Amino acid sequence: MFQVLDESGKVINKDDLPDLSDDELKELMRRMVYTRILDQRSIALNRQGRLGFYAPTAGQEASQLGSQFALEQEDFILPGYRDVPQLIWQGLPLYQAFLFSKGHFHGNQYPDELRATSPQIIIGAQYVQTAGVALGLKKRGKKNVAVTYTGDGGTSQGDFYEGINNAGAFKAPAIFVVQNNRFAISVPVEKQTNAKTLAQKAVAAGIEGIQVDGMDVLAVYAAMKIARDRAVAGDGPTLIETLTYRFGPHTMSGDDPTRYRTEEMDQEWEKKDPLVRFRKYLEGKKLWSEEEENKVIDEAKEDIKKAIKQAEQQPKQKVTDLIDHMYEELPTHLQEQKEIYQAKESK
Amino acid sequence: MAQMTMIQAITDAMRVELKNDENVLVFGEDVGQNGGVFRATEGLQDEFGEDRVFDTPLAESGIGGLSIGLALEGFRPVPEIQFFGFVFEAMDSINGQMARLRYRSGGHYHAPITIRAPFGGGVHTPELHADSLEGLIAQQPGMKVIIPSTPYEAKGLLISAIRDNDPVLFLEHMKLYRSFRGEVPEEEYTVDIGKADVKREGSDVTLVAYGAMVHSSLKAAEELEKDGISAEVIDLRTISPVDYDTIIESVKKTNRVVFVQEAQRQAGVAGQVISEIQERAILHLEAPILRVTAPDTVYAFSDAEEVWLPDHKDVIEKVNEVINF
Repeated sequence: MFQVLDESGKVINKDDLPDLSDDELKELMRRMVYTRILDQRSIALNRQGRLGFYAPTAGQEASQLGSQFALEQEDFILPGYRDVPQLIWQGLPLYQAFLFSKGHFHGNQYPDELRATSPQIIIGAQYVQTAGVALGLKKRGKKNVAVTYTGDGGTSQGDFYEGINNAGAFKAPAIFVVQNNRFAISVPVEKQTNAKTLAQKAVAAGIEGIQVDGMDVLAVYAAMKIARDRAVAGDGPTLIETLTYRFGPHTMSGDDPTRYRTEEMDQEWEKKDPLVRFRKYLEGKKLWSEEEENKVIDEAKEDIKKAIKQAEQQPKQKVTDLIDHMYEELPTHLQEQKEIYQAKESK
Repeated sequence: MAQMTMIQAITDAMRVELKNDENVLVFGEDVGQNGGVFRATEGLQDEFGEDRVFDTPLAESGIGGLSIGLALEGFRPVPEIQFFGFVFEAMDSINGQMARLRYRSGGHYHAPITIRAPFGGGVHTPELHADSLEGLIAQQPGMKVIIPSTPYEAKGLLISAIRDNDPVLFLEHMKLYRSFRGEVPEEEYTVDIGKADVKREGSDVTLVAYGAMVHSSLKAAEELEKDGISAEVIDLRTISPVDYDTIIESVKKTNRVVFVQEAQRQAGVAGQVISEIQERAILHLEAPILRVTAPDTVYAFSDAEEVWLPDHKDVIEKVNEVINF
C-alpha cells in the first residue's frame, strides 16, 4: 500500500512526499474540514427534509479531495453518486449541489468552466463514458485527463472492466479511482471478489494499478499526480484504489450500518481519520491551529446556510421545463403535450 | 443519379458526413480495415484515416460509453452495433444514458450520436441477429428511431440522423441491404426525420408499415388491386417520433387501417401507433384497426423463418378482414 503519512501524521515515505507549498497544504486542510462540516450539515438538512438524496462522505475526504486537488480546471470529472465534494471543489456552486440532492434540473446545469457530468446513479456507467471522454481529449490533442470514481462494489460491474479495458486499448488519458470503503451498502468487499486487492484488477486491462492509503491525503494526491502526469504524457490510464471508510450510512435513504458493521470496526477506522492525521502533520509544521480550523467551520456553516436558502428560492420545476430539455427541436407529440401543460400551468 | 443498393447508399451517406464535418467519427467492431461485416464502411478508413474510422474492442456497452464520452468532447459519433440483437449489452448506454443526457443536464450537454445496426429476418442468420427490437428503443423518451426501406431514403435519412443533435437509432434491415437497387443522387441531400411517406396512393384501406414490411405491403397492394381493392401504403420511415398527420389524413380518406410490422404482436410499435390513431380518428373508422405481425414467440429458428415471418399473404388476409368487417 502506497502511503506518505502514518496515523500520527509522521512522514514515513520522504521520497514520495508531494511538492506542495505551505499555502497549498493549508488549502487542502481547509477543504477537508469544510467538506466534513458539509457532510454533517447535509445529514442534518436531510433529516429536516430540506435536502433529498444524500450519500454521506465523512471519512473519505482524503480520497475525494486529495485526488481532485491534483486536477487542472480543464480536466473532466465523471463522478459517482457519492462524489459531490469533488464537483464542488472543481467549481460546482453549493446551492446547485443542494438542488441535485433535492431533485431539480438546475442542479445539473453546470457552469461552463466546470467540466463534469452530474453524479452517475448507474454504477459503472461513468467508467465506460470516461474512456470515451479520455479518447476525445486525446483526439483533440489536449493535455488533460478524464477522471472517474466508483466504489468497491462497482468493481464487480461489467462496465467497470469495459471502461478500463477500452481506455487501455486506446491508450487514453483516463484515471479510474476505486474508493474502497469496504462496503457496498451492507455487502463487504470480501463478498465482491476473491481478489486480494482491487488495484490488481488493472492487470486485466494491461494498465497501471496502484493501491493507496485512502485516509492519507498526501498519498492520494501523490498517486493522482503520478497518474495524471503519465496520462498527459501519452502513457495511458491508471487505476487507483484508495483504501478508505465511510463513517456514516450508505445513503440517508434508510440504511442502518449497525446491521452490518461492528462498533469496533468503526472505532478502528476512526483512528485513521484523514483530518486527524493531516491536522497533526500541519501542526507539526506550525501551519495549522484550532483558531484557523474554527474559522473554516464558521465559514462553511455560513456558506451552507446561504446556499440552502438560495436552493429553496429556485423557481419550482414545471412540466413544460422538463419537455423543453428533451430535444433540441421538439417533435410534434411533445409540442402537443407542451401545449396541454402550458394551459394547465397558466390556470 | 446512380443506381445503388441500400448498403451502398448507407456507405455514401457516411462518406458525405465524414467529409462535411471533421467531428464525425465512425467506429465499432470490424468497421475499420475490414470495412464492416456487411461492407457498410468499406473504404472509409482508407479515405479518412484511422483517427476517424476505427475498430473497437468487442464490448457493446463499452461502445455506447465511448460514444457518450466522445460526444461530451464535442464529437459526432456514428457507432455501429454489429447486429441489433446485441443491443441488450448496450441498453443502459442507450436508454439509460445517451437518451437522457440533454434532459439530465438541463440542456447543458447533448448527445449527437447516431447508432447504426443491422436487423431483420429472411436471410437465415443465427440466433439473436434478426430480432426486431426497435420497440424497446421507441419506448425511450429522448431517442429517435429510423428504419429506412429504400436506398434513396437510407442515404437522406442517415445524413439527417448524423446531423441531428440528439441521439438517433438507425436500423438497417439486412434483407434490404442488397435485394434491389434504386436511384440515389450522388450529391448530399436529406430526408426529414419524423416524416412518413405515402409509397402508394389508394382509397379503400391504409396499410401502415416500416422496414421490409413496406415491400410486403406494396406487393399485397398490387395483388389487392386485381380484386378491385385500392390500398394506400404509408412507410413510417421514422418509428419514433411517428408522423400521425400523414396517417390521419390517409385514414380520413380510406376509413380502414391495417398495421404491418415484422416484430411480434406484443413488440414493435403497432400497439402505440394504433392507440394514437383511434384516439385521433375513431369517428373516421369503418372497422377496427388490425395488425399483421409475427407470433408472440422468440424469433424463429432460421429454418422456420418462412412459416414464422409475416409476408404479403398475411397482409392480404387482414385487408380482406377489415374490408368485410
